[in-house]
Amino acid sequence: MSARIFGSGIKRREDPRLITGEARYTDDIKLQGALHMAVVRSPYAHARIVSIDSSAAAAMPGVRAIFTGGDIDLAGLPTAWLIPDSDLKTPEHPALARDVARYVGDGVAIVLADNRYQAQDAADAVMVDYAELPVVVDPHEAAQAGAPQLHDDVEGNIAFRWVMGDREASDAVFAAADVVVSERILQQRLLPTAMEPRAASAQYNAATGELTLWCTSQNPHIHRFIVSAVTGLPENKVRVIAPEVGGGFGSKIPCYPDEALVSWAAMKLGVPVRWAETRSENYLTTIHGRDHVQFVDMAASHDGKILGLRATVYAGMGAYLSTAAPGIPTILHGLLYVGPYTIDNVFCESIGVMTNATPTDAYRGAGRPEATFLLERMMDKVAGALDMDPVALRRQNLIPPFEDGYEVATTLIYDSGDYEAAFDKALEMAGYADFRSHQAQARQTGRYLGIGVTTYTEMCGLGPSQVAGAVGFQGGLWESATVRVTPTGKVQALIGASPHGQGSETTLAQIISAELGFPVDDIEVIHGDTTETPMGWGTYGSRTTPVTGAALAQASRKLKEKARALAAHLMEANPDDIEYADGSFSVKGSPDQAQSIQDVALMAHLAWNMPEGMDPGFEESQFYDPPNFVYPFGTHIAIVEVDPVTGSIDLQRYIAVDDCGPQINPEIVAGQIHGGVVQGVAQALCEGVIYDDSGQLLTGTMLDYCLPKADMFPNFELGETVTPSPHHPVGVKGVGETGTIASTPTVYNAVLDALSPLGIAQIDMPLTAAKVWQAIQNANGGN
Amino acid sequence: MWPQQFDYQRADSVEGALAAIGDNGKFLAGGHSLLPAMKLRLSTPDQLVDISRIDALRGISRNGSLAIGGAATHAEIAASAAVGSACPALAQACGMVGDQAVRNFGTLGGNIAHADPASDPPTVLVACGATIHIQSVDGSRSVGAQDFFVDLFETDLQDGELITGISLPDCSDCQCAYIKLPHPASRYAIVGVAVCLKMNGGICAQADVAVGGATVKAVKCAGAEAALTGSSLDEAALAAATDALSDDIGDWLTGDVAYPEAYRSAMAGVFLKRAINAAKG
Ligand SMILES: Cc1cc2nc3c(=O)[nH]c(=O)nc-3n(C[C@H](O)[C@H](O)[C@H](O)COP(=O)(O)OP(=O)(O)OC[C@H]3O[C@@H](n4cnc5c(N)ncnc54)[C@H](O)[C@@H]3O)c2cc1C
Repeated sequence: MSARIFGSGIKRREDPRLITGEARYTDDIKLQGALHMAVVRSPYAHARIVSIDSSAAAAMPGVRAIFTGGDIDLAGLPTAWLIPDSDLKTPEHPALARDVARYVGDGVAIVLADNRYQAQDAADAVMVDYAELPVVVDPHEAAQAGAPQLHDDVEGNIAFRWVMGDREASDAVFAAADVVVSERILQQRLLPTAMEPRAASAQYNAATGELTLWCTSQNPHIHRFIVSAVTGLPENKVRVIAPEVGGGFGSKIPCYPDEALVSWAAMKLGVPVRWAETRSENYLTTIHGRDHVQFVDMAASHDGKILGLRATVYAGMGAYLSTAAPGIPTILHGLLYVGPYTIDNVFCESIGVMTNATPTDAYRGAGRPEATFLLERMMDKVAGALDMDPVALRRQNLIPPFEDGYEVATTLIYDSGDYEAAFDKALEMAGYADFRSHQAQARQTGRYLGIGVTTYTEMCGLGPSQVAGAVGFQGGLWESATVRVTPTGKVQALIGASPHGQGSETTLAQIISAELGFPVDDIEVIHGDTTETPMGWGTYGSRTTPVTGAALAQASRKLKEKARALAAHLMEANPDDIEYADGSFSVKGSPDQAQSIQDVALMAHLAWNMPEGMDPGFEESQFYDPPNFVYPFGTHIAIVEVDPVTGSIDLQRYIAVDDCGPQINPEIVAGQIHGGVVQGVAQALCEGVIYDDSGQLLTGTMLDYCLPKADMFPNFELGETVTPSPHHPVGVKGVGETGTIASTPTVYNAVLDALSPLGIAQIDMPLTAAKVWQAIQNANGGN
Repeated sequence: MWPQQFDYQRADSVEGALAAIGDNGKFLAGGHSLLPAMKLRLSTPDQLVDISRIDALRGISRNGSLAIGGAATHAEIAASAAVGSACPALAQACGMVGDQAVRNFGTLGGNIAHADPASDPPTVLVACGATIHIQSVDGSRSVGAQDFFVDLFETDLQDGELITGISLPDCSDCQCAYIKLPHPASRYAIVGVAVCLKMNGGICAQADVAVGGATVKAVKCAGAEAALTGSSLDEAALAAATDALSDDIGDWLTGDVAYPEAYRSAMAGVFLKRAINAAKG
């Protein structure tokens, strides 16, 4: 492997088009004669649709058609993660609500008009008579007897009840433990807020029977088969194209009603149909993340050995079960309860609850931040209860270093880890030992400094398909890729995954360049179009570099073997005598005779002089099913100061030491960590959906929903350790979600550490100044 | 984000603008409050009369008092040497509005006509005793800032009336400051406090105090002013002023789920002290 390109922080090739406005997003694609769709959405969180009168709207200028739920003959939107042994109910999710609207934003009618303004004017004029029904938005409340019911076939609003571990064994551990700490943890709802809102445009060719759908998707191949299932069109007649996609964070995994509706309308009306959501619609109807109410206990011995962790989780699913929703608070959550520690007993009961709110699904980290938070929060609580240094407690319980496989109580087999190395490095960068005395001095002068230390590992690079099957994921989790070299030695790499801002076009090209010796600028990575690209399951779960990257590395290696054999043939040498370096093949002992990889590619295309039995052409494909997940890990540390007078929090330092194996492009790794940390810190400090009791979204705009801002953050101090994954062809692990997974508990624990002299033990996230101030008032008895 | 249909015309003069406005028209200045409301269809004018390029509404001058054109931008005011010396608190407030792009477009006239309770400049205008100059096809009138702001998003401005200018007494012999606790999402004021102090040999001869953000409109705080006046701004006086302040604003307090009234009221006291410290320099 060439050392130069692998590990080099070359600039992201995506950026010039993104920052000059030349990128082409779904809504930039103008289709001749297209109609514009506007969706009439329920203003009530729960209401019976008594009647709909669209006659006035239909008569308005430019209006071509109006359809309501009863008109739409599409199959319901499927839930595609059918977790086993959980008594899962999958309530019907029609593309338009027919009888009952179940959240504010639920579609009840669509208007098709010549332009978007006319469509919206008419949508406003559609008269819907609603009879309001009782509303419940809190998942814990919704699971109680007597709560308003959302779906007839989901008794008690309980969509599933998933149990991990042995309840009796867990109870026994807790009964015998010296110390048990408990907390009710609120994992508030979050809005993914990708910079580009969702959009979809469809064109149907009645003569060929082909539907083309352009949409904001992280996984166009999954969209293709869902759209095929929902419309009834054969899969080979559906082409899904995800053009430039401006961020997803999980919110562009699911297949939404809107994509089904533009497809249906384009088929019905025989003209192209376009739709793009407004930011207000984005906040109302694009999936939300998190939304857990957790009841958590941790058991420990008096000398600091963690003995057990157990949690009952009420996970808000919203009004319908979104595409992957059931897997998030279960498989992707409970299986992480051990974290980087030697905890022998873990137990989780996760209850998926229907509520009158926007559906939830995967949001950056998806289940793992919610697990890491509760684990790290409880570690600090145990440390408090035992009067131990939280750092010492963590160190004592860390899993010792391992290079190839370590099985934990959740049955996962971690691939490799050296947690203490990252831990030590981060503590040293932070100056932990000195900080504690500095903190004590500051307290003397009425200043409240705090430190939070998180050690984590997480499972990503989703994942072996066999596991996918065992956990009810209705798909595989392999990837495929083709490395195609043109006669002039330029490379097109076609991948089934669908990156959307991660810089994968750059990173993946670096992998190929390192393997084959083509200059990185000669390598193009093509993705997003189901007709152009081979099958793949998409970009999420920090899997594109681990899984697609492996497929590309292996396809490249196949090409290299072909090149070696052809070069040997051309130089009339024995293949065993061929040496390779930096894109050039030479015969051992006679370096002047050489064939470059480009020469070989040309000769493979010309096929004038092929060795016996070798096919012409220079292209290889590879399906790659990972043998295991990859498990990045690390330690994050935050130092904060709380202003006791206003409750404001100043994040003064943030240290992150992450180990994702060898870094293909350190700049891109840093970018992923920066972005992840910012999103995770925002959950701790400022982001949070607020619904009122009637299910109205009070944080429906960026005036009220607090996205993180650059000036909230210090310069991040990043460090790394390098522990390769033993099973990955180039040893890499995912790094797209580590920042969100580690940072929320880090900052939360830092704030609670700062407030500990006041005896404040718990504040619901986000830690807004008002909540911190109120907690201080309560602790002081208002004084 | 799809406004209803409307007509647009650009006015060259105040008279032209007044003649053009019609029954359901709106003046368009920076558009930074009006256009978002139109996109959300909360405001549905059938025509916009653009006043942002009327020269007569643009200038800032200092001649005894400070005169600011109704369509002067926040950026112009924040950067103006005249404002900086005659009423630095206003320069500070306008410099804290949104970000640079917002300040380049948004205008003082538009800001006060919109009367968002979380706005910054109104608090200074009320504290410093500004006068709002208004013109319509029926003639001109002037109204004091305290009377101009009536309630949440409600002013004394009548349909068809245009704010042509804002004037303020020259308070270069005062010590004044505006500070705010910004909402972390919008950066509008959760609480904003403006103070203007006339000091005489270490004693506060006159104190003007106003609070915004925490209240439905910018509120002049007579109780706090009385507690400060005649004092040396010592701890006891500040404590008394803070107590009085909560009565001053009590009737006008507003809040929301994230930042409730109790918090805003307490922060008004905290920021009063901080504003006085800032004013003292
Ligand atoms: C992202 C963002 C952040 C912001 N942050 C802040 C902040 O932190 N603090 C703050 O105080 N403000 C903030 N603002 C509001 C900003 O100050 C606006 O510029 C201001 O509120 C409106 O001024 P405008 O010139 O844009 O008015 P417009 O939007 O053009 O008009 C607003 C209203 O005033 C009327 N109007 C305008 N000019 C006149 C006039 N001369 N006479 C009579 N009526 C008139 C219009 O008809 C309309 O009804 C922010 C705005 C944005 C978009």
